[in-house]
Amino acid sequence: MISRYRRRRLLNAFNLTMAVLATAFGLFWLVWILWTTIRFGAGAVNTALFTQDTPAPGASGGGLRNAFVGSLILLGMAVAIGAPVGVLAGTWLAEFAARRRLGAVVRFLNDILLSAPSIVIGLFAYAIIVDPSGRFSAYSGGVALALILIPVVVRTTDEMLRLVPGSLREAAIALGTPYWKLVTRITWKAAASGILTGILLGIARISGETAPLLFTALNNQYWSTDLGHPIANLPVVIFQFAMSPYTNWQSMAWAGAFIAVAFILLLNLVARMLLGRRRPRA
Amino acid sequence: MSATPRIHTRSESGEPVAAAGIGAVKIDVRELNFYYGRFQALKNVSIEIPARQVTAFIGPSGCGKSTLLRTFNRMFEIYPDQRAEGRIVVDGEDILKSRRDVALIRARIGMVFQKPTPFPMSIHENIAFGIRLYEKLSKAEIAVRVESALTRAALWDEVKDKLQQTGTSLSGGQQQRLCIARAVAIRPEIILLDEPCSALDPISTAKVEELIEELKNDYTVVIVTHNMQQAARVSDRTAFMYMGELVEYGPTEGIFTRPARKQTEDYITGRFG
Repeated sequence: MISRYRRRRLLNAFNLTMAVLATAFGLFWLVWILWTTIRFGAGAVNTALFTQDTPAPGASGGGLRNAFVGSLILLGMAVAIGAPVGVLAGTWLAEFAARRRLGAVVRFLNDILLSAPSIVIGLFAYAIIVDPSGRFSAYSGGVALALILIPVVVRTTDEMLRLVPGSLREAAIALGTPYWKLVTRITWKAAASGILTGILLGIARISGETAPLLFTALNNQYWSTDLGHPIANLPVVIFQFAMSPYTNWQSMAWAGAFIAVAFILLLNLVARMLLGRRRPRA
Repeated sequence: MSATPRIHTRSESGEPVAAAGIGAVKIDVRELNFYYGRFQALKNVSIEIPARQVTAFIGPSGCGKSTLLRTFNRMFEIYPDQRAEGRIVVDGEDILKSRRDVALIRARIGMVFQKPTPFPMSIHENIAFGIRLYEKLSKAEIAVRVESALTRAALWDEVKDKLQQTGTSLSGGQQQRLCIARAVAIRPEIILLDEPCSALDPISTAKVEELIEELKNDYTVVIVTHNMQQAARVSDRTAFMYMGELVEYGPTEGIFTRPARKQTEDYITGRFG
C-alpha cells in the first residue's frame, strides 16, 4: 500500500520534471530566435529603411520601402479575396451543413488544404496564372496567399460559430427569425471577435510565406505598384539579401526579419486582445 | 384519493375525460406522439389549454414536459431527427399541418427559455429586432413599442437610462425579463415559458413570477417548471407528466390537494422525482 503510493509520487515527480524540461527546451529556441533577430535586426532599423527602396548589389544605404509596400499590397489582395470566401464557407459549414455528410467531407478537405505545403500552392498559382499570362505578377502572388489564407479563415469561422450557444439560435427562431437573418444579425455578431481573430492569425501566417511568392510575385528591385508585374515583397527580399555576399544587404535582411517578426507579434497580440475581450457567451 | 368532479383526468385511450368549466380553449392537443429519432418522448398526449390562464407542466426530468412545450411553436423542426405526429390546434388551425410560413405561427406564440438568451446587441435593439421582423415602423414608433414591452416586463425603470448598453450587461434576472419583454413586444397570443426561473436567484424568481401573474390578463401562458411550489404559486391549471405520458391534468389546487392518481400524489409529496 505504502510502496505503491510512493511509486506514484516518484512517477509524478519524474513526469512533471520531464514536462517542465520539454517546455523549457521549446521556449529556449524561441527565445534564442527572437534574441538573434533583435540583436542583428533592431540595430539595422533606421528611417531610411522606410523611405528608400532596395539598394543595388554592393551599393551602400537604401531601404526596404518597396518591399514593405509590396508585401502590404499582397496581403491586402489575399485578405480581399480570402477573408470573404473563408468567412462565407465557414458559415456554410457551421450553420447550414453542421449535421450533413457533405459538411463533414468539406471540413475534412479544408483541413487537408490547411496543411498543404505552401510550395505546392505556389506551384499551383504558377500553373494557373503565371504560366498562361507569360509573366510573374503581383496578383498571382495575391491569389497564392489567398489560397493559403482561405482554409485558416474557414476553420476558425466554423469553430467560432459552432461555439455560439444553440440556445441563442433557438431564441431567435422562436421569435420567427428567418435563418439568414439569424446568421447575419445574431450568430455572426456573437462570433465576430473570434472570426476577426481568425483572419488576423491567417494574415500572420501568410505574411512570412516565401515559397509561394518565389513562383508568383517573384521580386522587384525597384518601386512598383503595378499588379501585372513582379512586385517587391519582404519575405523574398529577406531570402535574397540574406543569401547575398554583400554586408549591406545582409544587415538589411536582418532589419527586414526584425520588422516581420514585430508585425506578426503585433497581429498575435491584437488577436489575443480581441478574443479575450468577448468570447461567444454561453 | 377519490377523484372529485373538478379534476379532469383522461381515459386510457387518451381522450380528455371532461373539459367542462375550462373556458375558451386556446391550444387543443390531440393524440400527440413525439420522437427523438427512434425514442418516443411523448405518448398519445391530449390536453386542452385554456385561454388567458396559466397552465403549468410538472414532472420529473425526462418526462416530456419541455418536449411538449416545444411542439407548440414547432421548435423541434430545426432538428432533423425530431418529429411530431398528431394534432395541435390553435384557434381552430392545426399548426403541425399548417401550410403557412412557420414564422407567422411563431409570431403568435412567444417563447422564453431556461437560460436567459439576450442577443448580442443593445437592450433597445434586443426588443426592436423582433418588432422589425414583422412590422415596418418609424424610429419613434419603435421606441414607443420598446418602452411598452419593457414596462410590461417590469424592467423599464431599471433600464430606461441605459437602453444602448448591451443586453448581456444586465443581471441574470434582468436578462430573463428582457427576454420576456422581447417575446411580448411582437404581440403574441401565447407565451411559452420553459423553466424560466431555473437559472435565477429567489428575488429575480419572485419578480418573474409576479410578471407571469400579470401576463395572464392578456396572454395564454404555458410554463414548464421543475419547482412544484412555483407551479402551485403561479398556475391556474397543472398537468403532471411522467415517462412521456400525461398522467393527470386539472385545476392546480385540485392537483396539489386531492390528486386523483397515485403517481401524482407520490410526485408532489416528494416520494420520487
